[in-house]
Amino acid sequence: MALDQSFVGRTYPPTPAYEVGREKIREFAEAIGDPSPAFRDPEAAKALGHPDVIAPPTFPIVISMPAADQVVYDPALGLDWSRVVHGDQRFTHERPMRPGDRVVAVVAVESIKSFAGNDMITLVTEMSTEEGELISTARALLVARAEAESEEQA
Amino acid sequence: MSTSASVDERFAVGAPLPATTFPITRKDLVRYAGASGDFNDIHWNGRFAVEVGLPDVIAHGMYTMAVAGRVLTDWAGDPAAVEEYFVRFSKPVVVPDDGVGALLEVTGKVAKALDERRVQVDLTVTSAGQKVLGKATAVVRCA
Repeated sequence: MALDQSFVGRTYPPTPAYEVGREKIREFAEAIGDPSPAFRDPEAAKALGHPDVIAPPTFPIVISMPAADQVVYDPALGLDWSRVVHGDQRFTHERPMRPGDRVVAVVAVESIKSFAGNDMITLVTEMSTEEGELISTARALLVARAEAESEEQA
Repeated sequence: MSTSASVDERFAVGAPLPATTFPITRKDLVRYAGASGDFNDIHWNGRFAVEVGLPDVIAHGMYTMAVAGRVLTDWAGDPAAVEEYFVRFSKPVVVPDDGVGALLEVTGKVAKALDERRVQVDLTVTSAGQKVLGKATAVVRCA
């Protein structure tokens, strides 16, 4: 079932602010096995020119993935979320996230395509401070696989 | 574009990034699930993974992206130098509960100079002999 093309260009309401925490950054760095002091030690981060510790480049997924749920579970769109897999992911950073950033995410539907029974939807999530400073943009391709099982996508 | 004297030789086009192999165990996936908030059963529950047609538990695509990204951030020195990072999730990384898990093998090279301050890096990311991330590329600030 092809998705409604009228959703292309639609922007969802801003999410409530997510406050980036020092220990959350450390926890995320531990989880990806990255020992870099830039994620833990403010002095080490300062030596690299940052005002405080910074978050790893894929950390914003902690914010962008829940934000995308607005679309994935939107009954009006009717995406079959039980068959959704992550097709690709891009992050573009204006700067790294830092403790104390209060981040608001705005998700927009960039494109909807259908190929061989797979529905492919590209979401662009802009993550900005409450004051409106853009920090990172996440672009994700989500694929709702056709009924026939395909193991090409992870 | 010529390489200016201020640009470190390691950022020269064709220069390799240090090849790195990362072991991935079930415990790593559980820890990543907790840290990222992605508790999808296919990343920790073998019974569920098999029920939905997977060979076994598979790593979060985002975990694989993050681990491969360590090659970029370690090499760049400042993790914030990675200004852009893209991957396609082309094959799952299967992580069996056999006391060994999976191995993720990451190599990379400087593919081209984008401007005076930035290079494009291409990564090759494989597990069990298969390319698991496609078109893995990053824009890294080098000056």
